[in-house]
Amino acid sequence: MVTAAIWPALDYSRVPYRLYHDDEIYAREQERIFRGPVWSYLGLDSEIPEPGDFRATWVGDTPVVFNRDKAGAVKAFVNRCAHRGALVRRELSGNAKEHICIYHQWCYGLDGSLMAIPFRRGIRGEGGLEPSFEMRRHGLRPLNVDNINGALFGTLAENPEPLEDYLGPPILHQLRRFLDRPVRVLGYNRQRIRGNWKLYAENTRDNYHASLLHEFLVTFGLDRSTQTGGVRMDARHRHNITWAEADSDTDELAHEAYAGAGVRNDFLSLKEPSLVAFRPERGDKLNIAITSLFPSAVFVQISNSLAVRQIRPRGVGEVEIFQTMLGYEDDPPEMTLHRLRQANLVGPAGLVSMEDGEAIEIAHRASRPDLDRTTVIELGGGGVISDRDYRVTDVPLRGFWSYYAELLGIEPEGAVR
Amino acid sequence: MTADHTRVCDLLAEYGALIDLGKFYEWLDLFAEDCRYQILPRENFDRGLPAALVYCDSRAMLEDRIRALREANKYNIHTDRHVIGLPRILDDGLAVEAPFAVYQTDQEGETRLFATGLYRDQLEISGPRLKIRDKLILLDTFAIPSLLATPL
Repeated sequence: MVTAAIWPALDYSRVPYRLYHDDEIYAREQERIFRGPVWSYLGLDSEIPEPGDFRATWVGDTPVVFNRDKAGAVKAFVNRCAHRGALVRRELSGNAKEHICIYHQWCYGLDGSLMAIPFRRGIRGEGGLEPSFEMRRHGLRPLNVDNINGALFGTLAENPEPLEDYLGPPILHQLRRFLDRPVRVLGYNRQRIRGNWKLYAENTRDNYHASLLHEFLVTFGLDRSTQTGGVRMDARHRHNITWAEADSDTDELAHEAYAGAGVRNDFLSLKEPSLVAFRPERGDKLNIAITSLFPSAVFVQISNSLAVRQIRPRGVGEVEIFQTMLGYEDDPPEMTLHRLRQANLVGPAGLVSMEDGEAIEIAHRASRPDLDRTTVIELGGGGVISDRDYRVTDVPLRGFWSYYAELLGIEPEGAVR
Repeated sequence: MTADHTRVCDLLAEYGALIDLGKFYEWLDLFAEDCRYQILPRENFDRGLPAALVYCDSRAMLEDRIRALREANKYNIHTDRHVIGLPRILDDGLAVEAPFAVYQTDQEGETRLFATGLYRDQLEISGPRLKIRDKLILLDTFAIPSLLATPL
């Protein structure tokens, strides 16, 4: 049984490999995190515009359906029949008047309540359920649902912290900026990575790796650590925004900075430069804004490509990254085309993201034999966890681990938060 | 003017072989000057959604993809093996569909099925050769194993 003694350092600058590989820890994460007090991203309001529209998703390992009921309200529930535990809704999306389990045809309404059971009274007075069977006690298990500008979140906690408090002011501000107009789904993509889900959660908070692993960023001049940027967290440091501003450095500065970094710094140019051209869409210069929410959602703006990533754990050694590509409803066709072109940057084939799949797999593979050894998280220094106005840092990883330790009940006495 | 079955098969065979040999710049020469190449998850195609995994709507973008692969991107060290099925030649003889499977083998000899799907090609005749004007790769295996770097 893992305890607070697992941590060699009270500032989470050392993370034991065991946390990525242990089945018992994985089971505890499912219970204490995903089925615990967190809010998980479910999907988008615009994905279920009409009454009866539904989508299936996951909260950790738990299958979930969200739908719009007849009155127009969004409801979400565990996608598991109260009778024998089978998946009720097998399709990933669609429109339905009710949800019927194929196994024994138990029928649930759009609010998740159990509406009908075949042969409830038996046949010719024989068999069936006892008259005392209470239908209302056997509905689909509901989630609490809330939304931020059309992004739907759900939680299995019965008395959750309000969503806005859970996110905190800087994150809320960023999500409202990202979702300042109604969005339109341009498509989905999925990636199965043979690595623990937390390696991906860390990756999205790790500003340090970006321009080193993803050489395209520097080689083709899209993003460099010499730009003005940094990391900003909520008060509990469980979420993070990695941000950078366009055109905020010079080639000379970048050339000098990358000279010793093992990354080619001769800045090639593209034959089709619009692939990396940033078109400002609002009154700020942010061209990189990666908002990582604990535990498993990432709202990503890279130049004009917009996406929401959902981190879906698939056991201790595999994770699916489910990504929804977005534009705005009022985008003119030419802007939609620009976003479809810039979709080349992200996702499993992304010019500035494909490497993450490989980095996570090699970290997972090599760390496995030595469970008591640790990673080193010290870029930007150890000790206090705080916002930084520079980019060569991985401080937000320590914020992630701090809240993780709290939820798992393994927070050491005197640890930083 | 129509393309005959043999020339279509030759083009498809060349297409798979050049990728499997890692001859990406030669592979580019199979495309027309004015061309489009996209890898579309079947999940999106079935819902009428346009976002592709790779979307190059000009020869320049396709060249940039290949140059990035060569000069900047890092990916799983592997070899590809294309197994391309018999083509269906449609309409005017320049619209072609062919099923494909791509296996990946790592450095230690372990092979896995990486992708299967359908090529939907629009060809054009360029002197003695056929060239690809529009290639839509409908990807059945849209839960990408690890990552997608080398072309399908």
